[in-house]
Amino acid sequence: MLQAVGPSKSPAVESTATETGIGDTADLAVEVSGVTKDYGSHAVLKGIRLQVKAGEKVTIVGPNGAGKTTLLKILATISRPLAGTARVAGFDITREAVEVRRRIGVISHQPYLYDDLTVEENVKFYGKMYDVPDLEERVRLLAGKLGLLHRLHDQVGTLSRGLQQRVSIARAAVHDPPVMLLDEPDTGLDQQAAGMLRAVIEGVDGGRRTVIMTTHNLELGLSVCDRIAVLVNGRIVHTEERSSVVLEGFRELYYRLTEVQR
Amino acid sequence: MDGVKKALWIVWKDVVCELRTKETLSSMFVFALLAIVIFNFAFQLRGDERVGLIAPGVLWVAFTFAGVLGLNRSFIKEKDHGCLEGLMLCPVDRSAIYAGKALGNLAFMLLMEAIALPMFAVFFNLPVLMPSLLLVILLGTVGFAGVGTLFSAISVNTKAREVMLPILFFPVLIPIVIAAVKSTAQIFDGVSFDQSMPWINLMLAFDVIFLVVSFLSFEYVVEG
Repeated sequence: MLQAVGPSKSPAVESTATETGIGDTADLAVEVSGVTKDYGSHAVLKGIRLQVKAGEKVTIVGPNGAGKTTLLKILATISRPLAGTARVAGFDITREAVEVRRRIGVISHQPYLYDDLTVEENVKFYGKMYDVPDLEERVRLLAGKLGLLHRLHDQVGTLSRGLQQRVSIARAAVHDPPVMLLDEPDTGLDQQAAGMLRAVIEGVDGGRRTVIMTTHNLELGLSVCDRIAVLVNGRIVHTEERSSVVLEGFRELYYRLTEVQR
Repeated sequence: MDGVKKALWIVWKDVVCELRTKETLSSMFVFALLAIVIFNFAFQLRGDERVGLIAPGVLWVAFTFAGVLGLNRSFIKEKDHGCLEGLMLCPVDRSAIYAGKALGNLAFMLLMEAIALPMFAVFFNLPVLMPSLLLVILLGTVGFAGVGTLFSAISVNTKAREVMLPILFFPVLIPIVIAAVKSTAQIFDGVSFDQSMPWINLMLAFDVIFLVVSFLSFEYVVEG
């Protein structure tokens, strides 16, 4: 079963351009090089290296405390790395943070929505913050795709968790970002909302996006990615093309790789 | 210009949320009214000559404590469902987020004061529709909302955030509260406006210095 997951890699080896098969850096949407992050004396990220091509979908899996959320927060420019550099959509995350923010959409297990505003007001508010042209039309398009047209004038606080997450998808996609960062977006979602999530990963409005998603859910992670990476104790210890992965074999490998942290 | 537009959208969002719930304004107003009523009955000063000595303190105690209630709510709402993180993900300068939040807090404070001030006039039998008094209230409130917004952002990340805000904020606020109380007392005493100028200048200096400091430091406060 194990050979189905492809050539075995040492847990200590980090992902590199060579390993990921990315030679030309010109079409990279995300490039992380030697990023470290500490919280006090606790090292959360220990020299992460990761390259993601434009249009590629990468899933990062790992146990709790592995550093998945911290890595995405750094890429989203809401946390600063202690050392190392990262570029998103061609822009440096520390020196050109505003340009990075223009080009990313973030979906988290938190919806980032205001309970007292309606669905339409929430999405429009974020659209205004991103200077989205033809905002009215864009909101209608997203609401239609996400099955929210009949709830546009309802306050978000009155919606179920699944519906709120759909609004959150609209919020994250309102400015049509080329890069999406999804941090455990499936938390608390029902089957229908999880389907909507797949829609945004595929490109809710037909666009082909670069996606980096973290999740505990191996099945979901594998079902939407082109490549999967395992993050353990602040290091990427394994990456593999989706095409060479078989679920059961990968699950076995994942448990073996994460055993130390668990 | 872009930052101003974004700041005004943040104000719009805060105002719409508040109009729907009215929880911040109503609690601020009720607190201010209760403080005025309780002090009025405690001191029994209506018609007493000493009213000019006590009333300025009562007025600013009511404004500052009611204002803290509003400031507490300001960032707690942003913390709910990670909205502050959502704002920080927007391609907006952090100072525009600060400006939007501070303007919203200023608007709520001024509205509360506009309702509480006539009540104060009735209970303490003092004239309040004087340009000099309104100027003092405006300067005091600008400083209060400006610094308070920064401290509200600091305290919202602490465990006992409702308690931490006044503990952190009031020591910094002392100069402007003293200046506001002193100049208000002089205005009630009928002293010429020129004599109040040192206090008013102190408030102006406080407002300018602390607004600039808050603008510059907000980024570090919210990013940690």
